[in-house]
Amino acid sequence: METENLKNICTQTRRDIVRMVHGAQSGHPGGSLGCVEFMVALYNQIMYHQPKPFDMNGIGQDLFFLSNGHISPVWYSVLARSGYFDVAELATFRFINTRLQGHPTTHEHLPGVRVASGSLGQGLSVALGAAQSKKLNGDDKLVYVLMGDGELGEGQVWEAAIYAAAKKVDNIIATVDLNGQQIDGATDEVLPLGNIALKFEAFGWQVLTIKNGGDIAEVIQVLEKAKLQCNQGKPIAIMMHTVMGNGVDFMMHSHKWHGIAPNDAQLEQALQQLPETIGDY
Amino acid sequence: MQTYTILDKKDTRSGFGAGLTYLGKTNKNVVALCADLTGSLKMDAFAKAHPDRFFQVGIAEANMMGIAAGLTIGGKIPFTGTFANFSTGRVYDQIRQSIAYSGKNVKICASHAGLTLGEDGATHQILEDVGMMRMLPGMVVINPCDYNQTMAATIAIAQHQGPVYLRFGRPVVPNFTSPDQIFEIGKAVTLNTGADVSIFATGHLVWKAIEAGHILAQQGIDAEIINIHTIKPLDVNTVIQSVKKTGCAVTAEEHQLNGGLGDAIAQTLVCNLPRPIEMVGVNDSFGESGKPEELLEKYGLHAQAIVNAALKSIKRKM
Repeated sequence: METENLKNICTQTRRDIVRMVHGAQSGHPGGSLGCVEFMVALYNQIMYHQPKPFDMNGIGQDLFFLSNGHISPVWYSVLARSGYFDVAELATFRFINTRLQGHPTTHEHLPGVRVASGSLGQGLSVALGAAQSKKLNGDDKLVYVLMGDGELGEGQVWEAAIYAAAKKVDNIIATVDLNGQQIDGATDEVLPLGNIALKFEAFGWQVLTIKNGGDIAEVIQVLEKAKLQCNQGKPIAIMMHTVMGNGVDFMMHSHKWHGIAPNDAQLEQALQQLPETIGDY
Repeated sequence: MQTYTILDKKDTRSGFGAGLTYLGKTNKNVVALCADLTGSLKMDAFAKAHPDRFFQVGIAEANMMGIAAGLTIGGKIPFTGTFANFSTGRVYDQIRQSIAYSGKNVKICASHAGLTLGEDGATHQILEDVGMMRMLPGMVVINPCDYNQTMAATIAIAQHQGPVYLRFGRPVVPNFTSPDQIFEIGKAVTLNTGADVSIFATGHLVWKAIEAGHILAQQGIDAEIINIHTIKPLDVNTVIQSVKKTGCAVTAEEHQLNGGLGDAIAQTLVCNLPRPIEMVGVNDSFGESGKPEELLEKYGLHAQAIVNAALKSIKRKM
């Protein structure tokens, strides 16, 4: 897809995110906005996937797992705009009887979601299982997983990191969203994580870096490079530097917009910075 | 009182191992995961025969549960193996979110449950696992009584679509059920038909209940003895029909009274057919080191305790 088209999808996705969170008056806009380019690139450029009919087993398809489930708004928008379900359903986010639960789940059978997430630290393990299932099935497609940086405080992530390298699970690309923020403040203040890239390297991973997760061209370039490095005996980790709240000036660079909704005036202010491109839901 | 012959004495975990070995040969989608307890769980034969379908995850149970959930995506049927304590309490949130809430077809196979783990003591003797697993929506909870039944249950759960908690133990116990039995999930097994009291037992306590039945028979009491191998979904119909006939109940289990079989039966009776019920189980206490039989004796999980409970329950009918 042309870069310009991808950028238009990104802008529309940002509109979706702030409108969904405003509509529900709850949700997590900050991390969602920071990961827009990554998610749009995955579903529109990087992964081979079939939205309809949605197949839980996904044999012959690349799979994606969102471990930091609270950034569901960006995922729901990208899934809808990739054809998994009608974009009109985005308006139901977090309302009673919705398939678009606050955190992603299979329970309501939303197409595109293969495991529940929200309680942090579990997605990498599940993705590793799915990757090993692919190997058993002789399926050469890849498994992608996204984690937050604050999430790396969960011990299970490091259990999984040891396992992935030890078992040479080399058909997985795990991306860490390094926005440097978590609920109580900057990750460096809450619990400094040290050098995350060196940690993954020390655990036996091949590590790549996206310097600017807001630059879709760079995101695509690094993801393509990561694909080429798969199946060489090592799991792949991508350190993706992003800005929380990216694209809405007053939400940027602060943990304050991790999990709160804009009011009516703030919504207007945000939407002025995000012109409608491919059509609102 | 129906007499049961002890065919031999074996551990229920070996029944699990034999069932898994059978599945290895008959169902190519069955895969197994273990957290550094392959020998204890009797998973060695499967691991040796199918190295490609066996995943040694090391001492990392949370990761094991997540990997198992992921393996179902693509059609595998994962059987996880570790001690009951590490299969439940240690990984409750992983089971809750990645397996139960996500509706994943994972079989959580848990050995060394209860006091009869023995000398290792209370850190390893989980007595709360059935309660935790029962509370999870959609989770099937099975606690078979002997080697043959554990083997049959292991084979049966592979055919069930959805999460299952299969609980078994370490010690050698009487093996008396048929080697040819067909295990029906959710179907209670009436071991003796009686008129005076219904004794509902699960796991290792089923044999104790049979022993209790003989003692009661000598006193002229005709006990109905029912093996509740599936605690969830409970065979509500069999429970109610039995108590409708006998008028009172006893439950027996190697578990806390809170949350276990006794709770499940009591809830059923209170809501449908309120009748006297007495419970044999561990009463809000941790275990300790000791030999399995000594521990069952000390904590009141023996035939005489079931007899006493039956007498009390019958008395309360009057």
